Amino acid sequence: MAEHSSLDRRGFVFAGAVLGAGTLAACTSNEPENDNSSSQQQNVSTGGDNDRPGRRVTIGFSAPAADHGWIAAIAKNAQAQARRYSDVTFRPVEPTNDINQQISAVESLISQKVNVLVLLPNDGEQLNQVARKATDAGIPVVNLDRIFPDKLAYRTWIGGDNYGMGVAAGHYVGTRLRQKGVANPVIVEIQGIATLPLTQDRSKGFADALKTYGFSVTAKQDAKFTVETGNQVASNLLQAHKKIDALWNHDDDQGVGVLAAIKQAGRREFFMVGGAGSANAMREIKSGNSVLEATVTYSPTMASSAVRIARLIAQGKGMSDLVEQGVPQSITLASETISRQNVDRYLPLGFES
Amino acid sequence: MDAPTSQDTAPRTKQQGDRPYTRSMMMLGRLGEARHVGLVLALVILAVIGVVTQPDNFATSSNVVSILALASTIGVITVGATFVIIGGGIDLSVGAVMALASVWATTLATQSYGPYVMALCAILVGTGAGLVNGILIAYGRLVPFIATLAMLVAARGLAQRMSDRRTQLLQPENNAIESLSTTRVLGLPLVVFIFAAVALIGWLVLNRTTFGRRTFAVGGNPEAARLAGINVRRHTLLLYALSGLCCGIAAIIIMARTTTGSSTHGDLYELDAIAAVIIGGTLLTGGRGTLVGSILGLLVFTMITNLFILNGLDTSDQLIAKGVIIVIAVLLQRRGLRSPT
Repeated sequence: MAEHSSLDRRGFVFAGAVLGAGTLAACTSNEPENDNSSSQQQNVSTGGDNDRPGRRVTIGFSAPAADHGWIAAIAKNAQAQARRYSDVTFRPVEPTNDINQQISAVESLISQKVNVLVLLPNDGEQLNQVARKATDAGIPVVNLDRIFPDKLAYRTWIGGDNYGMGVAAGHYVGTRLRQKGVANPVIVEIQGIATLPLTQDRSKGFADALKTYGFSVTAKQDAKFTVETGNQVASNLLQAHKKIDALWNHDDDQGVGVLAAIKQAGRREFFMVGGAGSANAMREIKSGNSVLEATVTYSPTMASSAVRIARLIAQGKGMSDLVEQGVPQSITLASETISRQNVDRYLPLGFES
Repeated sequence: MDAPTSQDTAPRTKQQGDRPYTRSMMMLGRLGEARHVGLVLALVILAVIGVVTQPDNFATSSNVVSILALASTIGVITVGATFVIIGGGIDLSVGAVMALASVWATTLATQSYGPYVMALCAILVGTGAGLVNGILIAYGRLVPFIATLAMLVAARGLAQRMSDRRTQLLQPENNAIESLSTTRVLGLPLVVFIFAAVALIGWLVLNRTTFGRRTFAVGGNPEAARLAGINVRRHTLLLYALSGLCCGIAAIIIMARTTTGSSTHGDLYELDAIAAVIIGGTLLTGGRGTLVGSILGLLVFTMITNLFILNGLDTSDQLIAKGVIIVIAVLLQRRGLRSPT
């Protein structure tokens, strides 16, 4: 008899699975029902004289595959900016997280003889050779964010300022705590991947800026840039410190998990600063009832700027706001602090995590 | 299989199955207890370290709640993994399947149907992936390692494609999902009760039903199990479906905890789950094991993470500590096996 009833149960499971498959098929779509989602927003800017159509140029583009909202926004922004120009043919290659594949993708762009390359390498050191090869073949390279060690390998570098990001967060935290008159504040830091130089730069900037106020970081712990690790690390850190005055989380994507952990622990006694500048973080800041008070940018809009610069280089123009005839060799973007006061201005630039 | 045959074989399997079953269970009981003593001892040692190093923070109710809540996601998966491993298989796809289920359940289209459909969707996707594993292994004769490795890669790929590699947030109207980890009953968030329920049901099924006995039989000696009238293939299929079901439930918990569905969820869960099962005293070759051990093993891991972060230590050292513990556990397990003979 036991055999019998377990057979029936099994039949039920199967029937359920078959029935379910039908419903599920309808559930795979991710299209928003009304199309006002800001994932459609494109961070394009319309500049001065330089925007008038010029010589036709082909821009090759290669970046890592997105496993993170920030990288996804990089590719989308570059594409959107390129589409703004009638004189630009945009040629992106399949994004990949494999060094070898990215090398061969860039090689294919070289052999297609594109006019200029925009490269966000998986690893600057390891892609240096192929960037050099492009430069040697007469194709200027715009190096996006992760820098090539060899200056002969690229024409212009544009990227964010990790140290400056830490400094911006440190100044926000320091100023707020001094306003509140907290004497020996408990300051907690949740990092991204601790072994990355960018993480170490951010932490150093944070510590240096705090030092100017006479403060220091009480505890820091690394997550892995994912929502889940952010949640896990924050849950444990909140147990380690019963009273916190300020928390800086390096990354808004993992910040979603950090915020969930704070909510689940029912904590409210401190304020939090984020990093990167995702749309979601900005909405939290705007709401005014979140512990998240501010975020410091490391904006993927840099990809839009890189495409603009690449076009100028290929057309032999300089930047219209500068006196020089050519584009600068290096552009470090400032990390800006977004708080409730200015969040409306930044919202259109936020990326969906 | 038609009804008369199954009625025919049912009593026979019982008689044949019973004697070796009780004998092996006695032996297992002895070993199991000894192993559990080791794990309980490990937990006690960790707790003492916690109390000594962090007197104000470790032995608080909120820290205990936090450890249990953190353990509940992998905990549910560990229950399924214990069944699969006792049944002589391995499921490497658990983390990826959980990620896929969380992504599928949080697409805007699924979310428009409300929290119940989202939960059902997660469970169906998990079970469905488990069934595919089971069919490939039981009927396609693929080695479990290969079949579930393929599922690991494919499920993560599908999750990335479906989510466009973005983090999918719970919509405000589906906060019911998040309330599973914010609502507390008797001081514990609901997700801990889900974990407890899955563990209890798993224990009952493993130790008090024919399904459980067959799992031991199939894992111990599939040929003998087949000769004893057990449909080994069908049973194998069901074991992987069960593991998939657990991944679906875990997906609901991870959505509740992180308020998101993401293709990055559950990274390397397969290793944590398998490690917990192994240090819990289950043989990787199948046929022997306990669910209580797996859960104790998992709690050891979760407590180590907690202790390291409470003391502000580096996460790299944490990994080393975990590795050392796995090796010690397996060495002890070997000694435990040799001693009765």
